[in-house]
Amino acid sequence: MALTSIKNLKEFSTANERFEGAHLLCPGCAHSMIVRELMNATDDNLVIASATGCLEVCTAVYPYTSWDTSWIHIGFENAATAAAGAEAMYKARKRKGTLKDPDAPVKFVAFGGDGATYDIGFQWLSGMIERGHDVTYICLDNENYANTGGQRSSATPVGAHTSTAQAGRVSYGKKQKKKDIVAIMAAHGAPYVAQLAPNKWKIMAKGFQKALETEGPCFINTVSACTTEWKFNPKDTINITDLATDSLMFPIYEIIDGRQLNILYRPKNVIPVEEYLAAQGRYKHLFKPENRHVIDMIQKEVNERWEYLQRREEAGV
Amino acid sequence: MKGVLATDRRGIRELGAEELVGWDEVTQGVILESFEVPMEENVAHIRPEERPYSDFSSYTATVASWRVIKPVYNRDICIDCQNCWVWCPDTSIISRDKQMLGIDYDHCKGCGVCVEVCPTNPKSLLMFSEAEEPEAALAKWPEKKKKEKK
Repeated sequence: MALTSIKNLKEFSTANERFEGAHLLCPGCAHSMIVRELMNATDDNLVIASATGCLEVCTAVYPYTSWDTSWIHIGFENAATAAAGAEAMYKARKRKGTLKDPDAPVKFVAFGGDGATYDIGFQWLSGMIERGHDVTYICLDNENYANTGGQRSSATPVGAHTSTAQAGRVSYGKKQKKKDIVAIMAAHGAPYVAQLAPNKWKIMAKGFQKALETEGPCFINTVSACTTEWKFNPKDTINITDLATDSLMFPIYEIIDGRQLNILYRPKNVIPVEEYLAAQGRYKHLFKPENRHVIDMIQKEVNERWEYLQRREEAGV
Repeated sequence: MKGVLATDRRGIRELGAEELVGWDEVTQGVILESFEVPMEENVAHIRPEERPYSDFSSYTATVASWRVIKPVYNRDICIDCQNCWVWCPDTSIISRDKQMLGIDYDHCKGCGVCVEVCPTNPKSLLMFSEAEEPEAALAKWPEKKKKEKK
């Protein structure tokens, strides 16, 4: 197990990239920032399974591949299962002594978007974690089905306009709450579960390394700002993610063994949720006078959630 | 029937598939090899410029035509903080031995994230029109901004 030094960015930048450019993700897409960071966090061999989604269709457009590691595209639902199968086979062959290079360290990683994780691949992911495979599952959460035109998913937050939960005269966008996937995965008793964001690169790299090092199934939910469907200028990806973490819309925390919750980032100045919403086109309609109550509702929920996380951290149960 | 899976600019190619077989027999899917030769050494220990990339690796492709504006790099101001490196979505910032060397214009899509995260004053990366010559862009570089007194 060899991890890249992440003491500072200069040390980290000596990692040799294994994710190539000229993939077809939108300019300013946070997906590739997260993937690059994961692949640079270690120099072990990686076996990666990608669920169908933006990441998969954009990095493996025939006749090109952007991956310098073993990588497989699998169905929408079963990235977790494919990685688990590869891991089980690897262990079996190691036991039987039929591996070419049994001492080479290998890590198994699965990537899924929020559609593949929260909705379509949920059952498979749950099974993978329950069976206890040594796989790190990373959800790239951009809060909608961005690859197919921005339909709502169960990760879409309240009030967001999507192509199947439209804002207009009768509706203010999606009415249902976002699923709390981190808590659900922690409830499985997974040894390491976290929610991370690419703007805090060091916290994210640390979390990735911890997940890769941990024996057993790990789940990480990462915030991936989507320039196309969240409707903001591509150059602002990191600024929007900053707003998301500082307004506590996306608190950054980890849960160890399903019990001990640690908050990994506490913003010095907590900004109102309104600033985060105002920066994106998908929340534009909330600033009409008749929809102002939705903003208050979101703010109230964010406050309650933050209170809950802090109390749970103190209690350590 | 031979398994010709696709034709592309390299002509007709057979990709992995052997003879087409019955519905209940497993056929190999399309495998794209990133490298010309099977890699014996761990790829993470080889620098990108020394790797034997095959035509299938997107490293050999370009998305330069996506750009209408491009980042221009000013070595004189840069402090090698590597912020642009860690947040570039397109692996287009070339950093070697803790030094920022420049921009890979084959893979840059001109999103402008690197300019946003640059901490120097003035910024050591700025966006210019795609048609602008680098020398002309460097000549136009803004002066250091003084801090506004509150």
